[in-house]
Amino acid sequence: MTFLGMPTLSGEPFPTAARAALGDAQLRRNLAKATGTIRAKRARVVEELPDWAGLRAAGAAIKDATLADLDTHLLAFEADLVARGTTVHWARDGAEAARIVTDLVAATGTREVIKVKSMAGAEIGLNDAFDAAGIAPIETDLAELIVQLGHDRPSHILVPAIHRSRAEIRDLFRREMPGVAPDLTDEPAALAEAARRFLRHKFTTVDVAISGANFAVADTGSLVVVESEGNGRMCLTLPRTLISVVGIEKLVPTWSDLEVFLQLLPRSSTGERMNPYTSVWTGPTEGQTAHVVLVDNGRTATLADTVGRAALRCIRCSACLNSCPVYARTGGHAYGSVYPGPIGAVLSPQLTGVAHNRTLPYASSLCGVCQDVCPVAIDIPSILVHLRGKVVEDHAPVAEAAAMRALAWAMADAGRWRRLLRAGRLGRALGRRRDRIGSLPPPLSAWTGTRDAPRPPRQTFRDWWESR
Amino acid sequence: MRVALFVTCLVDGLFPDVGKATVTLLERLGHEVVVPRGQTCCGQMHVNTGYARMALPVVRNHVEAFADADVVVTPSGSCTAAVRHQHADVAREHGDRGLADAAAQVGQRTYELSEFLVDVLGLTDVGAYFPHRVTYHPTCHSLRLLRVGDRPEQLLRAVRGIDLVELPAADECCGFGGTFALKNPDTSTAMLADKMAAVVGTGARVLTAGDSSCLMHIGGGLSRLRTGVRPLHLAQVLASTADAPTAVTR
Ligand code: SF4
Repeated sequence: MTFLGMPTLSGEPFPTAARAALGDAQLRRNLAKATGTIRAKRARVVEELPDWAGLRAAGAAIKDATLADLDTHLLAFEADLVARGTTVHWARDGAEAARIVTDLVAATGTREVIKVKSMAGAEIGLNDAFDAAGIAPIETDLAELIVQLGHDRPSHILVPAIHRSRAEIRDLFRREMPGVAPDLTDEPAALAEAARRFLRHKFTTVDVAISGANFAVADTGSLVVVESEGNGRMCLTLPRTLISVVGIEKLVPTWSDLEVFLQLLPRSSTGERMNPYTSVWTGPTEGQTAHVVLVDNGRTATLADTVGRAALRCIRCSACLNSCPVYARTGGHAYGSVYPGPIGAVLSPQLTGVAHNRTLPYASSLCGVCQDVCPVAIDIPSILVHLRGKVVEDHAPVAEAAAMRALAWAMADAGRWRRLLRAGRLGRALGRRRDRIGSLPPPLSAWTGTRDAPRPPRQTFRDWWESR
Repeated sequence: MRVALFVTCLVDGLFPDVGKATVTLLERLGHEVVVPRGQTCCGQMHVNTGYARMALPVVRNHVEAFADADVVVTPSGSCTAAVRHQHADVAREHGDRGLADAAAQVGQRTYELSEFLVDVLGLTDVGAYFPHRVTYHPTCHSLRLLRVGDRPEQLLRAVRGIDLVELPAADECCGFGGTFALKNPDTSTAMLADKMAAVVGTGARVLTAGDSSCLMHIGGGLSRLRTGVRPLHLAQVLASTADAPTAVTR
C-alpha cells in the first residue's frame, strides 16, 4: 500500500491552503453540519453538570501543576514503567522518535503493524517512517482507516475523516479494502461491518501494535487510552509487542487526578457523559513485550514560554475545533498541520518554532469561542496574540510593519492623529458615486474584494464636537 | 454625572454619527459629556497583529488622556476590552510598572455603552423611539471578553415602536477580526456570507451592534450585495426619539 503520508507540523501558508477548501461548497456544508451537531451535544451535556466550572478549573490547575514539575513526574513515571518490565525510550524530536519505533518494529522481524489512533504518532511522521522502512502500518480507528485507504490526510483530531461523505467512503472501501463485497452499500452499519471484518483479521494475525496514550499516570506507571470503537483495546491486548508513543505532556500525577479528566474529556469531545472504552494498562501482560517512547519534540521549548505553555494543558478533546468558525469553513487540511483548528494554531507554531509556521497564529479572528469551550480553559486567543508578536519579531512583513509604525506614530499624539484623519477626507473622492467605496488599492483591496468601504465623512467627530 | 467619552479612532474618523448619537443619548439622560482632547486610539489593532511594542506609546497616550476622568464611556465592546484587559498587560510586558498601574485604573473606570447604561445608571428604558424591524448582532468581544450578556437586548426591548427580531446563530463571529479580514480575506468573506444570510433572513431593516468595526464589515458586505439592510450602531438606535428620529434611509 502506498501512503502519501500524514501532514507533519508545518505546511503551506494558511490563507493559500484555506482557499481550496472555501471553494468546496459540499465540504463546507458537511463540516458545518458535523461540527454543529457535536457542538450542540457538547453544550447539552456540559450544561447538565452543576460543577462544570469547578471541574474545568481543577483540570487546568492539575495540568499546570504537573507541567511545573514535569521532570519529577517523568522520572517517577519512568521508574514505575521499568519496575514493571516496560522498556522506556526518550526521544528529543520527531525524527528520533520515529527512528526508535521503526527500529523496534524491524527488530521483531514483522512487516505489518496495527495502530491505535495517536496524535503523537502522526506528529512524528510515523507512517512515512514505516513506509520508508518497508513496514506496512494499518490504522484500526475506523475514521483513520478511511483516511489511510484514501491516501488522504486527517482533517480533525477526533473525526479524522470528517471531510468525507458516506458515498465516498463506500467507493473507497470497494476499491481499496481487500475482500470487501462489490455491492457494499453506504449504510453506516454496512460500512462498519466491512471495516470490522477487515480489522478482525488483522487483530488476530499481526504481532506488533503501536499506540498513543490519552493520559499517563505518574504514580502507578499506567497508560490510559480513551476511545469509542473498542478497536484500540484489541490492539492493546492481542499483539505480542506493544509500542506506545507518548508526548511528555500527557502525564497526570495520580489516579484521582485522572478522574477529573475522564469527566472533562468525553463531554467536551463527543458530547457523551462517558466514553465507551477506557483502557488502562500498567505494565505488559504475560507474554507481551512493552515499550514506551517518551517524545519531547518541542514540548520543553514550549514549556519555557510562560504565556505559550498553557497550550500543553490540551487534552485533545477537539471542542475548540468543533466550535471554531474558521475551522468550520476551512476544514483541517488548511492548517497544514497534524493539529488543526484553534489548538493547532497555537500548538504547531510552538512545537516547530514560529519561523516554520508564520501564518497559523493569524488563522483566527480572535472571537474567543475556543477558550469558552476548552475544558482546561486554555486562553487560546491570548496565546495567538503572543505568538503573533513572535512572528513579527522573527520576520515582520516589511510593508505591514511600515504601515503599523506610521499609524502608531500618529496615534501616539492627538495633534498628529487629527491631521491624519483630516487628510483621510481625500478619500471622499473615491466614493462619490454611491457614497460608498467599492474598490481600494492593495493591500486594502483584500477588503473591497467583497465589501464596500465607508466613504470618509465630511467632518470628523472631533471637528464636529469642537464646532458645536 | 460627568462622563468622559472615548470616541474610538474608527468612530472619530469614519463614523462620527455614532459619536454624536452617544453624546445625544447621554445628554438626554441628563449627563455632562466631555471629550478629552488627547485621545486617539486604544491600540488594539497593533497589539492583536503582533506589534505590541509599537502600541506602547499609543497605550501611554490613552492612559494620559483619561487619567483624570471619573468614568469613561465608549461605544465599542472591543475597545473597552482592549482598555480593560490589554493595556496593563502591554505596559507590564514592556517593563513599565507605573504605566501598568495607571492603565489598570483607567481600565476599571471604562465602560462599554450598554454596560454603562444598565450597570452604572441602572437603566433599561432610555426613552427611545425607533419604529423599525431590527436585529441585533452581539459582537465577539462584547460577548466573550466583556460578558455584556443581554444588556443590549434589554435596552433594545424597551425601545418604543421597535420590532426586535432574533438573529439566527447570533453568537457566531462575523469574520471581521481586525486585520484578520485583510490577512485571510477568503475565510473572512465566507464567515461574512453566512452572517449576512442570517441577517437578511430575519427581514430586518436595520442591523445593530455595539461595535462600529463589525458593523463596517457586515455593513460593507450588505451594501455590496445591495440588500437594503442598514447597519446602525446601538447608540444610534437608542438615541432615536419621536422628535429626532435616526434616519434609516440614506
Ligand atoms: S485546546 Fe482545549 S478545547 Fe481544544 S482540543 Fe485542547 S483541550 Fe480541547
